Amino acid sequence: MINKDVWDKNRGGRKTRSAIGVFLTGLCASLAALALLAVLGYVIYQGARAVNPAFLTQLPKPVGETGGGVANGIVGSLITVALATLIATPLGVLTGIFLALFGRGMVAESVRFLSDVLSGIPSIAIGLFAYTLLVAPFKHFSGVSASVAFAVLMLPLIIRTSEEAVRSVPQTIREGALALGMSVYRSTMQVIVPAARPAIITGLLLSIARVAGETAPLLFTAFGSPFWTVNPTQPMAQLPLQIFNYAISPYEDWHRQAWGGAMILILAVLVLNITARFVFAAPKNRQ
Amino acid sequence: MTTSAPSRKATSFRVDDLAAFYGSRQAIGGVTMDFAPHAVTALMGPSGCGKTTLLRCLNRIHEILPKARVEGKVSLDGEDVYDSGISAIELRRRVGMVFQRANPFPTMSIAGNVTAGLLSDVPNSARAQIVEKALRGAALWDEVKDKLNQPGTSLSGGQQQRLCIARALAVEPEVLLMDEPTSSLDPISTASVEDLMESLAKEYTIVVVTHNMQQAARVSNYSAFMLSGEDGIGHLIEMSETRQMFTKPTDPRTEDYITGRFG
Amino acid sequence: MRRRADSARRSDAFFLFCVYAAAAFFVVIVAALFVMLTKGSWLSLQTFGLKFLWTSEWNPVNNTFGALPLIFGTVVSSLIAIVLAGLVGILAATFLADFAPRWMARPLSFTIELLAAVPSVVYGLWGLFVLAPLIRSYIGPALQKTLGFLPLFQGPIYGVGLLTAGIILAIMILPTVTAISRDVIAAIPEDQREAGMSLGATKWETIRSVVLPAARTGIFGALILALGRAVGETIAVTMVIGNRPVISASLFAPSYTLASVIANEFTEATSDLYLSALIELGLLLFVVSFLINAMARLMMWTVFRDK
Repeated sequence: MINKDVWDKNRGGRKTRSAIGVFLTGLCASLAALALLAVLGYVIYQGARAVNPAFLTQLPKPVGETGGGVANGIVGSLITVALATLIATPLGVLTGIFLALFGRGMVAESVRFLSDVLSGIPSIAIGLFAYTLLVAPFKHFSGVSASVAFAVLMLPLIIRTSEEAVRSVPQTIREGALALGMSVYRSTMQVIVPAARPAIITGLLLSIARVAGETAPLLFTAFGSPFWTVNPTQPMAQLPLQIFNYAISPYEDWHRQAWGGAMILILAVLVLNITARFVFAAPKNRQ
Repeated sequence: MTTSAPSRKATSFRVDDLAAFYGSRQAIGGVTMDFAPHAVTALMGPSGCGKTTLLRCLNRIHEILPKARVEGKVSLDGEDVYDSGISAIELRRRVGMVFQRANPFPTMSIAGNVTAGLLSDVPNSARAQIVEKALRGAALWDEVKDKLNQPGTSLSGGQQQRLCIARALAVEPEVLLMDEPTSSLDPISTASVEDLMESLAKEYTIVVVTHNMQQAARVSNYSAFMLSGEDGIGHLIEMSETRQMFTKPTDPRTEDYITGRFG
Repeated sequence: MRRRADSARRSDAFFLFCVYAAAAFFVVIVAALFVMLTKGSWLSLQTFGLKFLWTSEWNPVNNTFGALPLIFGTVVSSLIAIVLAGLVGILAATFLADFAPRWMARPLSFTIELLAAVPSVVYGLWGLFVLAPLIRSYIGPALQKTLGFLPLFQGPIYGVGLLTAGIILAIMILPTVTAISRDVIAAIPEDQREAGMSLGATKWETIRSVVLPAARTGIFGALILALGRAVGETIAVTMVIGNRPVISASLFAPSYTLASVIANEFTEATSDLYLSALIELGLLLFVVSFLINAMARLMMWTVFRDK
């Protein structure tokens, strides 16, 4: 017969306290997950009323008139982000290759350190940098200055993911290429980097998602516009700016449109993220 | 098959007083040996004796590891391959390597893999011919001739290894280094690769690292036995014609190894 | 030995040049960031000197620019965020690292990480039209009723203000705290847990007394990193903080942060001094977040180095 007192499973209420502990931590985790669903859900709920073909294809209407759309913002944002990707990709991928294959010692460590630290610099400070570099000297706003700010924001992520991608190509592939007497250029760009391509693309998608929703730098680089803007050397309409301006305005109709724009933006960003993580890369094994 | 005079020149290939280091740790020391042209030389010994390290010094692959270092001489046709004027890349075009686990390039087709090592100035018209010649030389042509555009990784293990051999042959080296090429293969693939080694030896200088004594006895003309001492440094204990090493070894340690007393 | 064809040598040299040049150019960009921001702030730096940091008046009308109210707003809103996100995040991370079964932990982690992907302006929108009204109508009055004896919860409740900004920031930095803490906790070797449990402790007790203390440094690093994010957050905060450069004791009062003043006033800046003062705020943000991130990375490095 078991002596219940000696083998008391709940001695001192420990089992209860443990159960409460697990429940509490689980509650917090659920709360965090629910927060996302709450925000996403409400944005879709409000935004769905605003998004329709007209919304997606028309220009904004002047103050006081209802209706209109965010077509110029969508196009403008696509252009600035595309330009930024063009700038940041070769720079970031090559730096990642440098860190994975050619850099040694303190030099490589410093580059890595700078990249990590840069990833935490507020986007508004980087926007100011782009302003001093490309807006002030030319005395007008431009899409290019926004793209430069975006590119600087994208670089740390591209560098880190490219480095990891190249590092994870098996050493035996690298040795196989070198043992053939392949030149450094060919062994790197025709064997190793192609093998790392899926992971590099994942990193690119994630960094695009990162900047697609950025608003702060746009305030004084692209500046925004109510017209069709496709010339990057001039101010350009940007979707996040339109959302921001509509949201802080006093007009009900503009609030409605802000929700519509927000829905487009959040869905685009989430789709990019999910595509990056599931289509191109198996979920990383977190230790 | 009639024996014909080898069409490739007999390259002299030897090491003198070779020592290899990983940082401060010495892996092999005082190795002096000659690799006979148009023959198979087997490097054998228990795990950790330094035979693979020695092999990797021969094509300067050893040096891609950080802090790796070599002392002594490796001479190809009388020239020290570690001389600062000689490019490792050029050396590796003359001394090719096949690795323990087949490593076809994952993003290339079978044909692409074979031509991977070719210089860019080789015209496209010549490439198809080179692909066929190399694959025939690796006894793989008949099995893959209809699927040259399929990925290199779609082949079986034994086929992949022969693809890697074809890839190495396409560069037309003089020496072929093989690091335990059959250790991850099934017996049938092993047998075909061993047959390959024999036929390749007619044209090339083959140096093969093996942990399988029976393979060394079957395949090689010359055998070298290595052992690492108490200091952890691998040394060459004995080298001779294979038949002699296996019937009348001169060093008692060699005899112990061959008769299976250890290793 | 045949020398390599000169063209092959040249293309390799060019390739290596490109690789090294890219890395060098990246370093130049980071340096240029600091240089250009300093250059832009020069006028303000010369005019106000260090007093800038503790002058409590931010008045563009008479060209008085003091950063103190902005620093106050930034610090308080970030502190609220860290406290809230730290509490929820560390507990959530504990659950994800040790208590949740694999099939639950992965999707849950992923969902929480997606919080980081939501654009700032969307959080701002939600904060402005969902959270602010909630605070004005329900949460604020409730807090005032129960904790109103504290000056923190006194005063008029507008809906926008420090508390709202702090809560929005907390949601925004929650994924950082959770993900990094989870990694840190999971990195604690299994044998530490086994040691605890073999002493007769329950899993919960082991986590609480063995694992979490061991993860202390890394978790602290996660909090520092999250703090860095909170300090620099601009758009969401601008939309819910009320944008008034005053220092007050009440959490319900409107306030202003370093980042949101730049966002609001940059394009309206009329004088060179005004512009320069705003850029100096940007420089301040840059320096502060650089130091915060460097410190956090150092801490994380010591945690993961021994793994």
